[in-house]
Amino acid sequence: MDLNYTKEEQAFREEVHAFVRENLPEDIADKVMRHKRLVKDDWVRWQKILYKKGWIAPNWPKEYGGCAWTPIQQHIFEDECGLAGAPRLIPFGLVMVAPVIINFGSTWQKEHYLPRILSSEDWWAQGYTEPGSGSDLASLKTRAVREGDYYIVNGQKTWTTLGQHADMMFCLVRTDTTAKKQEGISFLLIDMHSPGISVRPIITLDEEHEVNDVFFDDVKVPAQNLVGVEGRGWTYAKFLLGHERTGIARVGESKRELLQLKAIAAKELRNGRPLIADPRFRDRVTQVEVELMALEITLLRVLSARSKPGPEASILKIKGTEIQQALTELTMEAVGPYALQFRPEARAAAWHGEAVGPEYAGAAAAVYFNYRKTSIYGGSNEIQRNIISQTVLGL
Amino acid sequence: MLRDSIRKYIGKDYGFDARKGIIASARGFSDRVWAQFAEMGLLGVAFGNAYGGFGGTAVDTLLVMTELGRGIVVEPYFSTVVLGGSLVDLGGSEAQKQAILPEVAQGKLLLAAALGEPNSRYELNSVETAAKRDGAGFVLNGHKAVVLHGASAGKLIVSARTAGGARDVNGISLFLVERESAGVQVTQYRTIDGMRAAEIKLANVAVGADSVLGAVDEALPLLERGAELAISALCAEAVGAMEALNTATLDYLKTRQQFGRPIGSFQALQHRAVDMMIHCEQSRSMALLAAVKVQSEDRLERRRSVAAAKIQIGRSGRAISQEAIQLHGGMGVSNELAAGHYAKRLTMINATLGDVDYHAERFASAG
Repeated sequence: MDLNYTKEEQAFREEVHAFVRENLPEDIADKVMRHKRLVKDDWVRWQKILYKKGWIAPNWPKEYGGCAWTPIQQHIFEDECGLAGAPRLIPFGLVMVAPVIINFGSTWQKEHYLPRILSSEDWWAQGYTEPGSGSDLASLKTRAVREGDYYIVNGQKTWTTLGQHADMMFCLVRTDTTAKKQEGISFLLIDMHSPGISVRPIITLDEEHEVNDVFFDDVKVPAQNLVGVEGRGWTYAKFLLGHERTGIARVGESKRELLQLKAIAAKELRNGRPLIADPRFRDRVTQVEVELMALEITLLRVLSARSKPGPEASILKIKGTEIQQALTELTMEAVGPYALQFRPEARAAAWHGEAVGPEYAGAAAAVYFNYRKTSIYGGSNEIQRNIISQTVLGL
Repeated sequence: MLRDSIRKYIGKDYGFDARKGIIASARGFSDRVWAQFAEMGLLGVAFGNAYGGFGGTAVDTLLVMTELGRGIVVEPYFSTVVLGGSLVDLGGSEAQKQAILPEVAQGKLLLAAALGEPNSRYELNSVETAAKRDGAGFVLNGHKAVVLHGASAGKLIVSARTAGGARDVNGISLFLVERESAGVQVTQYRTIDGMRAAEIKLANVAVGADSVLGAVDEALPLLERGAELAISALCAEAVGAMEALNTATLDYLKTRQQFGRPIGSFQALQHRAVDMMIHCEQSRSMALLAAVKVQSEDRLERRRSVAAAKIQIGRSGRAISQEAIQLHGGMGVSNELAAGHYAKRLTMINATLGDVDYHAERFASAG
C-alpha cells in the first residue's frame, strides 16, 4: 500500500475539513472539547446535519442512502470529525444494526428502519450483554417464545449504553433452549416503547448516567421484527461485532486528546518550567504518540486489506482503547493536585460557576475513570486477545 | 489490639452504605464516627502523653492508616491527625502543642494544612502567598489550593512567604490561622475519592506573632519533615486499600461464572491476580520501610526512603486499581460496587503530596 494519500484523498480531506469546520455547531464542539456532558439533542443535531449533507452513513451502500466511501475515505472522515470535536456518531443504528439489516434483513425491515436510522428518527441501543452473560455472550438467557404473530420476550439486558434515549433495540434472545447454545439465539428488533420494558440507570464511577439495565416483562414483539432466520442470531451478532471493532480504534479522537494533553502540559509548570519540557513526562507523551501513529497505519492497513473486517480488527480495539486510556491517565497526571476535584455539576453546559484551578483540570479524573470502560466494553480486551490467539495465531 | 479494634469497628459500622451516606452529607464526614475514633484513642496515637496522646511512633500510625485504607474511610484523619498533627507536633512551641494537640486527640478540633497553591504543583517550596510583618504580627494574602477538608477545619496551617522569591527554599514560614478569621474565604468541593477539599483565599488576614509555627523564614525543613511523615502514613493507607481491593477482586474471580466455570480458572487472569498480589507485597514492604526510616535523623536517608515508598505505592496503586476494575468487568465501573471506590482512593493518593515523577526526582537527588 502507498502510505501517502492520493491527490483525490487529499482533496477529500480538505472537503471534509471545510464542511466540518463550517457546519459543526460551536456549542457542541465546545462541549466535546471541554468534556462537558452531552445531551441527546447534541448527538441528534449533528447527525441531522450530516444527514442533510448526505454524509451520515459512510459505510452503507449507495442504494440505501449511504456514501459508499472507500475505507480510506471513511478513515479520513472520522479523523477530521474527531479532530474538530464532533460528537461520535451513535454507532448502534448507523454502524452496527444497519449492516445487519442490509445483509440479512427483510425488505420490510430495510424499507422501514433504514431511512429512520439515516434521519436519526430512531435512536438505537444494543441488547447483547446480560448480567450472567458478558464475555460468555452465547450463554445469554433472555427468552423469546413464539406465540402466533408475536414473540413474547422475558429477561434482562445490562450495560446498555445510552439506552435511556433509545427508541429501538437490536436484541439477542434465546428462541430455542434445547439447541447448542450458539444455535438457539435469534436477532430481534424491539420497540423500546413497548409495554413491559423498563430501563433503569446504572451510575458509573464518574457519577454519570450513560449505561442502563433493561428489563423485559412479557414484551410482545411482532414476528416481522425477527432478522433473518430464527436460530441464526449468533452469526449476525458476530458479523456486527466486526463492524464495532473497526470504529472503536478512535484514532481521530485520540489525536484530539493528544493535542489537548500537549496544550495542558505546556501550561502546567513543574519546577518553574513547562511540564512538557520535563523529560520524564515528555517521554511518556512521546510513547503514546508513537503508539497512536502506529495504530493509524495499522488501521489503514486493515482497512485496505479487505472489504470486511476480520479478526485483525481486534488489534485495533486493543490498541485503540489502550491509547485512549493512556491519554486520560497522562491528562490526569498533567493537572496534578487539581485532579482530586470532583464536580459533576460543572460538567453541565449551562453551568457558569467558577472553575477550581484551570478549567481543563475539572473533569480530568472523572474522564480517566469513565474511560476504564473502553477496555471492557465491545468485547473485553481479554476476549479480543482470545480471538487473536485462536483465529489468527492458531493457538 | 488497636488494629483489631479499628478493623472490628469499621467492619461493623462503616460498611459501603454507611460510607455512602457519610459522603453525601454536607461536610463529607461523620461526627459520630469521629467521636468514636477519639474514644478509641486513634486521634492521639502519635502525640506525646503530655498532649493527650499515646506516644506512638510512625509504625503505630502505619497500623491505623492501613486499617483506614481497608475501609476507605473518608473522615479527616489524614488531614487533621497525620499531616496537621505532625506539623504542630514537630514545629509547635510548648504553648501551641498544649493548646492544639489535646483538642485534636479529643476530637474537638480539626486541622487542615494549606500548603499547595495554584502554581505549586507538588513543590512545598513553591509559595507565593505573602505574609508581611505588621506590628508584632503578620498580614497574609494569597491563594491556597486543594486544601483537604479545609472547610471543616477549625485551624488552618498555612505556608506563606516572609522573604525571598516564589520558589526560594528560604523565606517560607508557617502560620496557624483560624478558619473563621476575617479575610479567609473558603470554597469547598468534593474530591473524586469521596472526601472534601477547598480553595482558600486569604485577603489581608491578620495573625499574631504567636501564630507562627516553627521558625520564621525557615519552615521548609519542618514542612518537609511533616510531609514525609504524612507520606509514610499515606503509603500505609494505600496498602490497606490494596489488600481490600485485591481481596474483593479475588472473590470476584472465584465466584463470577463465564463459559461454565469461574473466570479465575483462566490462566490469563490468574497471572494478573498474582501480579496484583506481588504489587501489594512490594508496597507493604516499602510502606514499612518508610514508617521506620521516616524517624531517622539522617535527612537524606529519610528523603530517599520516603520517596522510594511513594513511587512504589504510586505505581502499584495504579496497576492494582486498573487491573481490579478490568477484572471486575462492567461491575468495575459501577459506582455501586466498592471496588471502584478503592481504585479512586488509590489513584488520588498518587496525586497527594507528590506523584511518581515528583518523587523520582527527589529520590535521585537524595543520592
